[in-house]
Amino acid sequence: MREPGIRHTGSLPEGLAPGRHCRQMSRDTPPREAEQMPEPAIAVDKLVKVYRTGTAVDGISFSLPQGSITALLGGNGAGKTTTIAMIMGLVMPTSGRVTVLGADMTRDRHHVLHRMNFESPYVDMPMRLTVRQNLKVFGELYGVSDLAVRIRELAAQLDLVDLLDRPTGKLSAGQKTRVSLAKSLLNRPEVLLLDEPTASLDPDTADWVRTHLENYRKERQAAILLASHNMREVERLCERVIMMKRGVIVDDDSPERLLARYSRETLEDVFLDIARGRRDAADLREAAQ
Amino acid sequence: MTGPAPQAIAFSPRRIAAMVLRYWYLLRSSWPRLLELIYWPAVQMLMWGFLQLYVDQNASFFARAGGIFIGAVLLWDILFRGQLGFSISFLEEMWARNMGNLMMSPLRPGEFVIALMIMSLIRLAIGMVPVTILAMVFFGFNLYGLGLALVAFFANLIFTSWAVGILVSGLVLRNGMGAESLAWTFMFLLLPLTCVYYPVSVLPVWLQYVAWALPPTYVFEGMRALLIEQVFRSDLMLAALGLNVVYFAAATVAFLKLLDSARRQGSLLQTGE
Repeated sequence: MREPGIRHTGSLPEGLAPGRHCRQMSRDTPPREAEQMPEPAIAVDKLVKVYRTGTAVDGISFSLPQGSITALLGGNGAGKTTTIAMIMGLVMPTSGRVTVLGADMTRDRHHVLHRMNFESPYVDMPMRLTVRQNLKVFGELYGVSDLAVRIRELAAQLDLVDLLDRPTGKLSAGQKTRVSLAKSLLNRPEVLLLDEPTASLDPDTADWVRTHLENYRKERQAAILLASHNMREVERLCERVIMMKRGVIVDDDSPERLLARYSRETLEDVFLDIARGRRDAADLREAAQ
Repeated sequence: MTGPAPQAIAFSPRRIAAMVLRYWYLLRSSWPRLLELIYWPAVQMLMWGFLQLYVDQNASFFARAGGIFIGAVLLWDILFRGQLGFSISFLEEMWARNMGNLMMSPLRPGEFVIALMIMSLIRLAIGMVPVTILAMVFFGFNLYGLGLALVAFFANLIFTSWAVGILVSGLVLRNGMGAESLAWTFMFLLLPLTCVYYPVSVLPVWLQYVAWALPPTYVFEGMRALLIEQVFRSDLMLAALGLNVVYFAAATVAFLKLLDSARRQGSLLQTGE
């Protein structure tokens, strides 16, 4: 367990997990205790991704337990999307390892892909297909057993009933986001990766979606990793925040402890402190206290 | 946690059917797409059919080899439209920015390729069946009258078209939409080399070696042997099949390598230009 105020950049020492929300098995863990520890939903170990244009992710490590909601924050180019893509197996790491529900995502991703799902603004649903057709196709791909019932259920929950027979391309941005969210929940995933899940939603619908995600997490004990620029959303939903900058993790803790450490009222101010390189000031304040 | 669920490991007909359903929804959502499947083969067949009528009236050799041009154009369309049917279904995913959804779903590359092959057959059937009937009505040429030979011709041509489709899809995955034009142009490189409308002996000797390395050459030579000499050349069909097995396997390996390379380069995240 990392004590507050101990700064870490990039990878954490092996066997150590950041923050109070992540308890990883360390080399010193007694065998009996280790046996009782649940397998992490996502484990990222010394992950590196180097493109021709530069290093996108530089040796990050973290682990998310089942039933947790964690935010992955950072400015543009911080490495969030590449990290999420590596967790999904869409991008191969240059080095390091990602396991999801115990499966190595470089070698064995097809063993767990049916137990996870994602939503991202970087991909679209086919525009010419109706919402119902899209959900049917993806439901079949994910092997959903009670598909017609599940589609009706999600349509009711996400207010899509009147949209089911409309072409997806004719929907507003907010409606499309809800359809993507429905697709991401079709297979009742145990691991859910969300990139800006409430972007383009009006405040009322966004709040409703957040409530839905909270309930889903509680009901299914799903692990949710969320990339968002909406700090109020992160404060409300997430019990842990991983801050990235230029490919490394620059901070990792609960929202409350981050606020306390940076002596800030809002996560947005903490984000700005980190983005603008004011992290050292927080260290100094903390050291002085 | 439990081990992998059986349905995640097994080759899944359900996932293949889901992809075929996805393309079927797309196809039936747009009548111009359906019309286009028939339009170009029909135009080609009519043009070559009338040319055939003209030469039949003016050259005794062609009069003996009735239907040689129409047969050639119909078989060429099987080759070209088969590849196009495969590649267009694949490109639909790129145009729709849906590739990320598919690549992060349980769909396996092999299942995706099989779905694309099935769609190429469906698109081919929609496009070619009406055109073959038109050929009967306008020019009295019955393609189905070739009987079992047609099965051998078709099987060899469709295998070549899939091999090209698989290779082109891998190149587009790796290089993005900048490589899209390959889907439309690659097959035209084969048009002069596979001797669709003339015998291989017309080519310079050194180019004949290239021609005989291509499976469709054997099919078109076989078609001419059947229509002119009324001889079915099973040796040609077996040679074409052997080459097709090699090309199909090579294209599949190339596709998987290019997919891996796309994963390493992160190009699946950026599937635009």
